[in-house]
Amino acid sequence: MSFWDYLGNRWSQLLADAFQHASAVFQCVLAATILGIAIGVLTYRTEWGGNLAIASTSTLLTIPSLALLGLLIPIMGLGVAPTVTALTLYGLLPIVRNAIVGLRGVDPQLIDAAKGIGMSRVARLFKVELPLAWPPILTGIRVATQMLMGIAAIAAYASGPGLGNEIFRGISSLGSANALNQVLAGTLGIVVLALLFDAAYVLIGRLTISRGIRA
Amino acid sequence: MPDSNGVSGANIRLENLTKRYPGSAAPAVDNVSMDIKAGELIVFVGPSGCGKSTTLKMINRLIEPTSGKILINDEDVTNIDPVGLRRKVGYAIQSSGLFPHMTVAQNISLVPKMIGWSKGRVDARVAEMLDLVGLDPTEFRGRYPRQLSGGQQQRVGVARALAADPPVLLMDEPFGAVDPITRDHLQDELIRLQHELHKTIVFVTHDFDEAIKLGDRIAVLRERSHIAQFDTPEAILTNPADDFVSGFVGAGAALKRLNLTRVRDVPVVEVPTAGVDDPLQSIFDIMGSGSVTELLLLDRHNRPYKWLRRGDLMRAKGSLARAGTLVSHHVTDDSTLRDALEAVLTDSAGRVAVTGKKGEYLGVVDMETLMNSVQELLQADRLDAIEHRAELADAAGGQVHREQEGAS
Repeated sequence: MSFWDYLGNRWSQLLADAFQHASAVFQCVLAATILGIAIGVLTYRTEWGGNLAIASTSTLLTIPSLALLGLLIPIMGLGVAPTVTALTLYGLLPIVRNAIVGLRGVDPQLIDAAKGIGMSRVARLFKVELPLAWPPILTGIRVATQMLMGIAAIAAYASGPGLGNEIFRGISSLGSANALNQVLAGTLGIVVLALLFDAAYVLIGRLTISRGIRA
Repeated sequence: MPDSNGVSGANIRLENLTKRYPGSAAPAVDNVSMDIKAGELIVFVGPSGCGKSTTLKMINRLIEPTSGKILINDEDVTNIDPVGLRRKVGYAIQSSGLFPHMTVAQNISLVPKMIGWSKGRVDARVAEMLDLVGLDPTEFRGRYPRQLSGGQQQRVGVARALAADPPVLLMDEPFGAVDPITRDHLQDELIRLQHELHKTIVFVTHDFDEAIKLGDRIAVLRERSHIAQFDTPEAILTNPADDFVSGFVGAGAALKRLNLTRVRDVPVVEVPTAGVDDPLQSIFDIMGSGSVTELLLLDRHNRPYKWLRRGDLMRAKGSLARAGTLVSHHVTDDSTLRDALEAVLTDSAGRVAVTGKKGEYLGVVDMETLMNSVQELLQADRLDAIEHRAELADAAGGQVHREQEGAS
């Protein structure tokens, strides 16, 4: 069976896998974003706090994804729970680091001005610091998404959802007629999804970054 | 709110204000006491690192004083909520401090929105403030700070500081980062604003000329914010309290004094004049009277037009059209004596015509009037200063006296 025939035959199955893959990545990025910005906001003002947050999230990233899933399965069982946990943890590093760097990079003169005109701590954070740190944070989210696209494929190992299943099926039946088609379809699907997400980020950037600070 | 004198400012009193940073032996600001009247423009001037900025930032408690009190309108603000305090005290800083991700209108409306003005009132206020600082509201309200020049940014910064009509305005080297020509414009504009608004303004600079130009009173600060002298620009120029102040005033105090006096404050001399439409014969008659060698010809609107000398008239041969020298320099009665001196020095005959608001002739200043006036001014300043010092000495003596009585 040629690759195109394979695609034609399995179209609905592939689409469902792709949708689940995208949905898993999207939800985990969302969770990582909320968590990551929260960690950044809580730690950026102290030297040691921020450095600790960056160091611990980068340590997480050095654990091979297969190994992390292997560690999570005994605790959480198979399926969605270990997948989501692993993906969210991996997504944290770029977001936390960029949030801290972005928040620390806000011109101290502007902080001084914000205080001087009578903005409260909360108003300063939401009206001045976060909007100014938003471009690097968005870049962090974008990097996290790209990373999670690939890592999410490994999640099939823990019976997670997504295009990884296609790839693992292909690998386990190497030599059979459709093995190569399966791996290829899964891989290409992930690449296409990554490109679509990236395009979405360009659009989000246009919509959410003030014209006054857009490069 | 403006009272009967149009003063909308508040008085400020600093009592024994001290700031000590942990880990340094000497305080950054040491025991500063000062009385600032409502509607006054006070300039803190001193070398960098003397604590003038720290002192300023203690007034809105961006820096919390270690000890001492701050009173605004006789209310002790040392322990009230600093956020509330800062909304009542305008604050403008060097690099304008505009938020780059907000438009001009959003920047200006920040404080009015925070104190809960309605949207309609805020919008109207934004337009009013832009007008006040000389920027066209329709053109500028939607712009972002990076689309403005340095001078325009600084104006918007001042507009933002004044948006909620605070009685007090603190300015921390606001014009330090703009080019000299723009700075000059901004200074003139601040003077104009202050004439309209009568806020209490505390202005920090390290530029003594700026201090002279702007200040109603100037506090010359030395290290640890010790007040070396706190007085009017005239008194500081003519009677510096000590070597530190005279060092800071620098050379040319008499020249700087000229900046403080307007032409209208000195007597002008009258010269013979004639109108362009006067018959030639009457002009000959004036010239013929012996002592007159030169007269000023005025145009139909009574504005200085030409200088005529006796010789010119001989060559005129019945027509004034080609005779005489056109008046190239003139000063208005609003010009400073320094401008007048400049004009007199560049004029070949050493005199310059003075005109009023509509350009009408008022008189002439020459080298002699200028010299006499400056002598008198300096003399008067000296007398004032001596009197002032005597008063201070009396007051101090009286206090000592009372204390002794109290002790015995």
